[in-house]
Amino acid sequence: MQREQLESAPSAAADWPDQIYDLLKQHNVRQVGLVPDAGHSRLIKRCLADNDMKVVSLTTEEEGVGLAFGAWLGGEKSVLLMQSSGVGNIINMLSVAIAHRTPCPILVTMRGDFGEFNPFQVPMGNATQACLEAMGTLVKRADKPEDVAETVNATLRLAYNTYRPTATLLGQRLLGAKTFGR
Amino acid sequence: MTVQIGVGETGKLMRRDVVQALLENRDGMLAIGGLGAPAWDITAAGDSPLNLPLWGGMGAAAVMGLGLALAQPERKVVVITGDGEMLMGVGSLATVAVQRPRNLSIVVLDNEHYGETGMQETHTKHGVDLVMMAKGAGIADSRLVRTAAEVLQLRADIHAGNGPIFAQVKIDETSQPLVLPPREASILQARMREAIMGPQAHLQ
Ligand SMILES: Cc1ncc(C[n+]2csc(CCOP(=O)(O)OP(=O)(O)O)c2C)c(N)n1
Ligand SMILES: [Mg+2]
Repeated sequence: MQREQLESAPSAAADWPDQIYDLLKQHNVRQVGLVPDAGHSRLIKRCLADNDMKVVSLTTEEEGVGLAFGAWLGGEKSVLLMQSSGVGNIINMLSVAIAHRTPCPILVTMRGDFGEFNPFQVPMGNATQACLEAMGTLVKRADKPEDVAETVNATLRLAYNTYRPTATLLGQRLLGAKTFGR
Repeated sequence: MTVQIGVGETGKLMRRDVVQALLENRDGMLAIGGLGAPAWDITAAGDSPLNLPLWGGMGAAAVMGLGLALAQPERKVVVITGDGEMLMGVGSLATVAVQRPRNLSIVVLDNEHYGETGMQETHTKHGVDLVMMAKGAGIADSRLVRTAAEVLQLRADIHAGNGPIFAQVKIDETSQPLVLPPREASILQARMREAIMGPQAHLQ
C-alpha cells in the first residue's frame, strides 16, 4: 500500500491527463522521456501501458533533450515529461534542439507555484518560464482543466511543425497543491 | 580492413586509426561523434550523412545514440565520444542499460584528458574505471580495449548487433590535426534523416 504522497497529483476524476495521452497518440509520439512527477503519474501509466510508445526513464531531465534529438534523427516524434525543477537541469542542453532544429516538446508540471509548501521548489518554479524563454523555448501555460488539451496541442504542433523546443507549463492549480494546513 | 591500427609513443592506440577501423565498410552504420576531438575523428574517417558530429551537447552523446537506436532498430548505431564527455553524462549508461538496445554501441576514446580544452586531466587519469561503471549500470558487455586485436574484435561485435556494447579504448593522448565537419547543425540533422528515410524525411 502506498502512503499519502507529499507531492500533488491530479484527482482521479480529472481527465486532462487522458486528454494529453490522446494527443500524444494523435501526433504519433513514439518516444516518451521522463523523470517522474506526481502530477504526471496518470499520464505516465497510460504511456507505459501502450506498446507503441517507448517510455524511457531518465536519470536526469537533461538526457531527455538528447533522447529527443536521437529520436528525431531516426524519424520518431518524442515528448519529454518533467516537473519544473527539472527545467533547471536542461538549460544548456536546449542548445542541441535549437542548433539542430529538433522538435522538442516538453510538458512541465509546475511546483513552487500556487500553494507550494516545499521551499526548495520555489526558486526554480518561479524561474521556470523565464529560463525556458531565455533559451529560446516557446512557452504556453494552462491553469484550468479545460485549457490543457488546447495548450498541449499547440505545444506539440509548434514543436513538430516548426522544429524547436516548446513547452507547456501545467499550473499547480491543476494539481491541487497540498498545504498540510499551512 | 585496409587500416593499420598503430600505437603512439606511449604505446597506446592512435585514435584516428581506431575510429577509421570501426567505421570502415560500415554497412549503413550510423555514428554520433562526441563534441571536440571525437567529432573531428569521425570526420577524418570520411565525412558522411551517416555521421552526426556534435558541436555541443556535452554529456548527452550516449543518450542521443539511444534515441536513434530505438527509432531505427534495424540499423547499427555507434556513439564515439571522449572520456570527459562520457563522465559528464555517466548516468545515461544506466538509462541505456535499462532499454537494452541490441543495435547500440558506445565507444569512449579515453585519453585521460579533456583534450579540446587544453589537456586537463580527467578522472580516468586517476583510476576511475568507466568499464566498471558501465557494468554496474547493467551493460553486461562492457570492455577495456588496449590492442589492435581488441579493436578488431570490437568492430566485429559492433557489426554483429549483440549490443548494447560499451568499450573504453585507451588511446594515445597526442592531439591530431583538426578535420572539421560542417558546423550548421540543422544540415547535420537533416542530412542524416534524409540518409535514413529519403526525401520523405523533410515532409514528416
Ligand atoms: C557543458 C560544457 N562544459 C564544458 C565544455 C567545454 N568542453 C568542450 S570539449 C571539452 C573536453 C572534452 O573532453 P573529452 O570528451 O575527453 O574529449 P577529448 O578532446 O579529450 O578527446 C570540454 C570540457 C562544453 N563544451 N560544454
Ligand atoms: Mg578525453
